[in-house]
Order: sequence, then structure tokens, then C-alpha cells
Amino acid sequence: MQEYFNIAIKSIFIENMIFAFFIGMCSYLAVSKTVKTSMGLGIAVIFVQLVTVPMNYLLLEYVLKPGALKWMGGQFADVDLSFLSFMIYIATIAAIVQLVEMVVEKFSPALYNSLGIFLPLIAVNCAILAGSLFMEQRDYKNLGEVFSFAFGSGFGWALAIVSLAAIREKMKYSNVPAPLRGLGITFIITGLMGIAFMSFMGIKI
Amino acid sequence: MSMFSSKNFKLFTSPFNLQNPITVQVLGICSALAVTVKLKPALVMGISVTVVTAFSNLIISYMREYIPPRIRIIVQLVIVAALVILVDQILRAFVYDVSKQLSVYVGLIITNCIIMGRLEAYAMANKPWPSFIDGLGNGFGYAMILAIIATVRELLGSGTLLGHKVIPESFYAGGYMNNGMMIMPPMALILVGLIIWFQRSRNKELIEK
Repeated sequence: MQEYFNIAIKSIFIENMIFAFFIGMCSYLAVSKTVKTSMGLGIAVIFVQLVTVPMNYLLLEYVLKPGALKWMGGQFADVDLSFLSFMIYIATIAAIVQLVEMVVEKFSPALYNSLGIFLPLIAVNCAILAGSLFMEQRDYKNLGEVFSFAFGSGFGWALAIVSLAAIREKMKYSNVPAPLRGLGITFIITGLMGIAFMSFMGIKI
Repeated sequence: MSMFSSKNFKLFTSPFNLQNPITVQVLGICSALAVTVKLKPALVMGISVTVVTAFSNLIISYMREYIPPRIRIIVQLVIVAALVILVDQILRAFVYDVSKQLSVYVGLIITNCIIMGRLEAYAMANKPWPSFIDGLGNGFGYAMILAIIATVRELLGSGTLLGHKVIPESFYAGGYMNNGMMIMPPMALILVGLIIWFQRSRNKELIEK
């Protein structure tokens, strides 16, 4: 139980998608103008991350890895499809996002209205694909670890975007030099937030 | 329309300044920052993105009349993914050490917003040749910012350029020290902020209200 908790904490704070790897920056900068919309996008990212990363893990274990096709019979034992992983991952993500959109629309119109416009955007959010790629790179041992990593990375991303949105809401009242207004100052603030998050690096788990 | 008309030339050069993908259109930041600790991976990344952007623009532009609008994102993603797999295999074969350094960021070219952004904004509505030029221009605009940031970070952070020592030993003997902060991730963000500040104070029309 404890190792699942450790993986989650590690991927939220120490290996934060935004501050340590700059992943998912495009939508992070574009959608962080108000806290309400960024919260919606954050929740959508956590949700999609929790579905796609375990799904891609299963695909990796039983289809893509060298020797993964053993369950189909002895003659497939040395097939290595790992060069296809990018394409399989992105196809899974695009398909699942489409599916999630339809399911949510059917069963929970209220949630759909609040997430609606963000769901299609998520298919091309780097954070989602990076979740699957890091999962492959870090060699998680079982489905439980994969789930806690998926939750942690999604939650860390959501935390970052909501806190940036809160700062930007307050910043409307301050006098920023004209050429820095908007994008420039947002970059510098993200940098400063990153320096603050660096303090978590010392934690050993 | 000739192949190198002034219109096409403008298409090629506008991403260098007024339409720069990183500092003006805010596309493709994800990978731009993470690979800029050293100059060499930054250059390799810039070239890879340029190749993928140019050719995906070209292919999608040829196919634009046959793609059903409802599934166009999946079609685009599959084509981009195929090109990225090619680039990844080539990098592994010829520059293995750089490919190791770039790790997941090669795969992330697929979801690099520059590519999707140019496909949606330009290639879906224009002829193949101008789309190809547009892709090349945007790729080079992106590579340019990467090269600037990587030069500053490598020079100040490790005292080298492309792995060669640039700052002479006598400086270190005199008390000069490498700035360890430059190697840390947050400095890349702050440098982009400073580049934007510089660019916008030179081009007043880019200032946001």
C-alpha cells in the first residue's frame, strides 16, 4: 500500500509534469485565465489520465513489448512491436477521449456541459501522451502502481494550472510593464513557481 | 504562381519574428523548454520538428479534400505519428546519445501544438507547396528560439558550446563560476519570458492589452 502512496506523492510534487518536465504547457498557458475553467480542464485531465495510462499499460504488456505476444502461441514469442508504440498510444488516446465524450454526454449532461469544450482538446494535450510514455520508460511493475502514477501526474498538472489561474486573476490589478503583459509575465511566474517546487526535490521516498 | 514568389517568401520568413510559433502563437512550448540545457539536443530537436511539420503539412494538404471533417483529428494524428516514428528510428540509428537525452520528448513531437496548429490553421485550407513552405518556416522559427535559449543556458550553465570549452581556464582561476541555476528547469521559462519582453518592446504591435 505504501509504495502506491509514494508513487502518487512523487508524481504530484517531485516529478510534477509542468514544473519539472514542462509537459502540457500549451493548454496550461492558454486556459489558465480563470480558476473556474482551469479547474474544469484539470479534472478532465485527471479523468482521462486515469483511463488512458492503464489502458496503454495493458496494451504494452500484452501486445507491444518484445515477447508480449506469447499468449497467442509459441511462434509469436519473439515478435517485437515496440516501435509502433507511439502510434498505438495516440490512437488509444484519441479513441478513448472520443468515447469518454460520448459516454459523459449520454449519462451526465451537467458534467458534459462543464467539461464539454475541453474534452476534445485533451486528445492533443502533451500531458496525456507523456503519461503513457513515462509509464513505458519507468517500468512500473503492476496495474496498481500504474494507477497511482496516472492519478498523481494528472493531479499534479491540475494543481499547477489551478494555482497559476489563481495568481493570474490577482495579477489583473497590478501594473505590469507593457511588453511583458499577458504571455511574458506568465512565463516568468511559472518559472518562479517552478523554483518553489524545486524545494520538494530534497524529499527522499 | 511561381514556386518562389514574394508571397511564399513572406510565408517563410514571418514565423521568424511577427508570427513566431513560440513567442507569439504560444505553440509547442512543451518540448521547447525541456531540451534546451545543451545546444546539441536543442538543434537536433529543432531539425526533427521542422521535418515533421513540413512533411505533415504537405501530406495533409494533399489529402485535405478527402478527409471527413468529423474524424480529421485522428487522421492527422496517425500521419504525424507515422512521421515521428520515422524520425525516432533515424535518430536512434545515427545519433543514439542525443536520442537518449531527448527521451520522451521525441514522442511528444506528435502532440506538439505547432504541428496540429499549422495543420488546422494552414494545411487544411491551402495548396501543398505553400503548406510545405509554411511548415518549414514555422519549424525554423521554433528551432531559432530553441537555439537561442540553449546557447545562453549552455554557455552560462556549463561554460561550453556544443560540448567544447568556450570560457578559458584563466577565468575560472580568477574566481568565475558556472551558474548552476541555468541548468535548472525554471530558468528556461524565465529566459523565454525575457525573450518575449525584448521582442515585444521592439515590436509595439505585439503588446497585449
